[in-house]
Amino acid sequence: MTGLLASGWRFDSNRHGTWAVAGVMVVLLFILPVLDDPLLLLQVRYYVSMIVLALSMAFIWGFGGIMCFGQSMFFGLGGYAYAISVGNIGESTAPFFLAMIIPAIFAAILGYFMFFGRLNDVYVAVITLAVTLALYYFINSTSGDEYSIGKARLMGFNGISSIRKFNWPGDPKALLSANHLFYFSMGLLIATYVGLKMLLGSTFGRVVVAVKENELRAELLGYDVRLYKLTVFVIGAAIAGLAGCLSINYKNFISPNAFHLSLAAQIIMWVLVGGVGTLLGPMIGCVVLLYVSFILGTGASGGGLNTYLIFGLIVMIFVLAIPQGIVPTLRDWREQGGRYRRAIAGAVLNLAEQLPAPGNVHVRAFGERLLGVLGPTAGDRTKG
Amino acid sequence: MGSITRRKFLATSAASAAAITAAGLMGNVRIARADDEIVIASLFDQSGGLDVYGTPMTMCATLAVEEINAAGGLLGKKIRLISYDPQSNMELYAQYAQEAALKEKVAVVQGAITSASREVIRPILGENKTMLWYSVIYEGGVCDMNNVVSGATPLQMGDPVVEYGMKNYGKKVYYIGADYNAPQIIGDWGKKYVTEHGGEWLAKNLFPLDVTEFGPEISKIQAAKPDFLYTCLVGGAHISFYRQWAAAGMLSKIPMVSFTFGVGNEHKSLKPEECDGIVSAQPYFQELETPANKAFVKRFQDRFGGPDKAPYLNSVGSGSYIGTWFWAEAVKKAGTIEREAVLKALASGMSWEGPSGKLTIDPASMHCTQDVHLAKVEGGSWKVFQTINQLRPDDVKDRCDLTKNPETAEQFTPQI
Amino acid sequence: MDLVGIQIIQVLSGIATLALMGAGLAVIFGMMRVINFAHGEFMMLGGYVVIVCTEQFGINLWVAMLIIAPILVGLIGLVFERILIRFLYGRMIDTLIATWGLSLFLIGVITWIFGNVTRGVQTPLGSYSFGDYSEKTYTLVMIAFTVVIYLAIFVVLRRTKLGLIARGTMQNPSQASCLGVSPPRVYMVTFAIGAALTGLAGAILAPLNTVIPTIGVSYVAQAFITVITGGAAAFTGTVLASGVFGAVRQIISFQWTPILGQVFLLITAVILLRIFPTGITGRYFRRST
Repeated sequence: MTGLLASGWRFDSNRHGTWAVAGVMVVLLFILPVLDDPLLLLQVRYYVSMIVLALSMAFIWGFGGIMCFGQSMFFGLGGYAYAISVGNIGESTAPFFLAMIIPAIFAAILGYFMFFGRLNDVYVAVITLAVTLALYYFINSTSGDEYSIGKARLMGFNGISSIRKFNWPGDPKALLSANHLFYFSMGLLIATYVGLKMLLGSTFGRVVVAVKENELRAELLGYDVRLYKLTVFVIGAAIAGLAGCLSINYKNFISPNAFHLSLAAQIIMWVLVGGVGTLLGPMIGCVVLLYVSFILGTGASGGGLNTYLIFGLIVMIFVLAIPQGIVPTLRDWREQGGRYRRAIAGAVLNLAEQLPAPGNVHVRAFGERLLGVLGPTAGDRTKG
Repeated sequence: MGSITRRKFLATSAASAAAITAAGLMGNVRIARADDEIVIASLFDQSGGLDVYGTPMTMCATLAVEEINAAGGLLGKKIRLISYDPQSNMELYAQYAQEAALKEKVAVVQGAITSASREVIRPILGENKTMLWYSVIYEGGVCDMNNVVSGATPLQMGDPVVEYGMKNYGKKVYYIGADYNAPQIIGDWGKKYVTEHGGEWLAKNLFPLDVTEFGPEISKIQAAKPDFLYTCLVGGAHISFYRQWAAAGMLSKIPMVSFTFGVGNEHKSLKPEECDGIVSAQPYFQELETPANKAFVKRFQDRFGGPDKAPYLNSVGSGSYIGTWFWAEAVKKAGTIEREAVLKALASGMSWEGPSGKLTIDPASMHCTQDVHLAKVEGGSWKVFQTINQLRPDDVKDRCDLTKNPETAEQFTPQI
Repeated sequence: MDLVGIQIIQVLSGIATLALMGAGLAVIFGMMRVINFAHGEFMMLGGYVVIVCTEQFGINLWVAMLIIAPILVGLIGLVFERILIRFLYGRMIDTLIATWGLSLFLIGVITWIFGNVTRGVQTPLGSYSFGDYSEKTYTLVMIAFTVVIYLAIFVVLRRTKLGLIARGTMQNPSQASCLGVSPPRVYMVTFAIGAALTGLAGAILAPLNTVIPTIGVSYVAQAFITVITGGAAAFTGTVLASGVFGAVRQIISFQWTPILGQVFLLITAVILLRIFPTGITGRYFRRST
């Protein structure tokens, strides 16, 4: 029962891998602005905010074993906290921190309620979903002007628009330029990634993983399982809040859709496609899924094939074609397949294993997904 | 995969960075543009919950572009239309608006359906000096030189229909609508009109867009016994209200006027016996008997699969046809696609006559003075029985004057 | 007095609606542990079957609703079980992503075939009066259908060999296999029955609502929350949870606003799960249905 919605996990002992990913991001941090393409910088900022959100889910689910179906609520709360406070204060330093503090406080209360009530698995999922939807309905019903916090109106379904962007701390007049916003977002992404990696490598991180692997065992070893879960949940919420605040700085806008079921589900898909139990996987999954939907929408023409149709097909084929992950499937072929399969697999694998390109990183993510899916608790069907 | 040596690590980082950068660059390689074309963009949801509105709008924009091209193009050049599908998703609205402005450098964006999505792309396009043309009926109040609005406002559509109700049905009015900004404001305008004309405003009840169960509300209306019901319901889920209202036998007992009925082709989804007798006032109906409109409807249906397959045209769908043509005429008048010149031509109080009648730009708000038609549902189609000529878009006249303050770029809430 | 009467009927109708939405999910998720994210789309398909049958082929509404819709949607369910779901049993999370893809795909296909027009069938049977109030007669019919459907489910599961085999296989597939049952076939049939029940629910609700390709989103979350709050005994639990949620939502909607009704439904779910951490029936009905 314990591992119903949590999957197996493998500790990424490969430190070089961590620094390689961080290294790539640092290189991008310096290269991209030099290209002098404002559109590219803007769009990268969008992906960065979403990647931070994916990281928060990757952390609490893949490592903490908490299947939160409502990670979007912290994203939304962070966004609204920033929008409302920046509208009142007129300066962005305090709102930036509030965007992390408010979701964290909310998560602490909700998490206390859940984890100290010994709720698990699918019940955590459904409670977080219910709370997210309740927030969605509530925020949606605030279109009247009686719903104001200080100077900021909540605006209901329409959402809050023309929100102030970041300024230099203490100087409300000095708004950050597009390039600075890019450095800031990208820097925060790198910090989040490295921070999470370091946290997972620490004693605390190892206990968190131990709790996820086997709650009873961890408890018998003397750890307060509830407290560890709560802490993980709160950290995840703060990161999601940060993502919400970054995404506002991209689009200057927030609406109740931040709490909508479709975003809540999407975050889970990013992690699944990328690989539960890794940090890199969800980052890739997030970018891939968002980019596919962006590309599909660009080529749209009235009356043609529906974008949803193609996107749905891609998702289904993905699950079927790569049930174990690309590399294991290819390995199976190389070991046991017929002549042609063996040849294809051999060629592709040899190529992949020699290329030090992102393809390699990609393949590894899927490899870990295999372990995620077939880990010690997979196939453990509920008894009740 | 073996251990990673330092050299391998460096190589990996560098190669990946190079690959990602290259991918980014490829995405942004400017498509070499022929000098003989003008690029414009449309941004309407063609999938997700709003595709009911977005697909006909995209078709109408496509038709307008094809007509302009067939008539020799614009300033001797062909127009190329890029139709984005934001999939009812605000992030994609932002992304496509940026792409249209920065990468494609379009001359105009015909776009946005909901006010929320318009408020996402309006600042983006304003910042990047790309003109936005918004052609959907909405709650009014946008005051932005860069955003031309050919959609009608509450003052243009709401007052005529409430006036009709009070004259013909009685003085006690009960209002229900969707729960967001526009129905709030439309309700406030309605309340103002009703109380100023000696009527009684019984209630303003608003419903989330995904509510489909209206049983309790119908009982409440029955208890309140209004003379007529004024509705501003929006979207597919809300059509259930009309169905349940008729099923409870209320259609013949309490008459109904509506701000929005028909905008989502409600009368085509419902059976005639579920909606006959509902009255609405809108700038456009497919059933308008003018020669210009009949020709337009025929061209549209011929282009998109015949009268049975082509979507029904309403005041939202037809808007992008009007918007695209009106913009093209302004370009002809200005003699260039330069944004300032086109806006200046429009702000001179330019007029254009399309399938819905004559539209004239009001330079103070960059909205359109236009005709509004009163119609009643009969046998499942609109029967237009009265046309009110040239109503002004004066919703926020007290605060919006772009002739004096052209730098204004915000949406005002009317002081009602 | 009239008001109380009409409110009682509305509460019952609210309960019946939730129970109907949950029935198919109680099979597919409650029994089989497949997270069917396309649940709402199966309901949407049921609605479309009714519309196409009555409008295009002129088939009697009741025949279309009670016979054709469940059969067709059951068959569609069967097809997707064969080509998609059967590879994913025991991997709950993979079923989530696969059925998410399926839900988008179905929305896309239906939009592509029927266009993005809102459709619907007229509510049959007219209305009846209740003092000052009048209500649609169909509400009563829908409540009756729900009762009959649940009675049938209980009888089948409790009193027939088929029900015994299904329950046994869900509890312990390997042992069932030893006893000569073919678990894959039982899974296949059970999934199809779940899909059929879902299609039936969509069909029965179609005359009350509208049918659009994207209507599924308004059903899916409510259905999941109801079934999961119900707990281990899928059907008893779903009935109990629908009873609580339906009553809370309708009463609050009437007293205040529908949005508060919706919010209170969700808050009730959270509180119930805090009190019963494994669902309402988790503690007391462990081996029940």
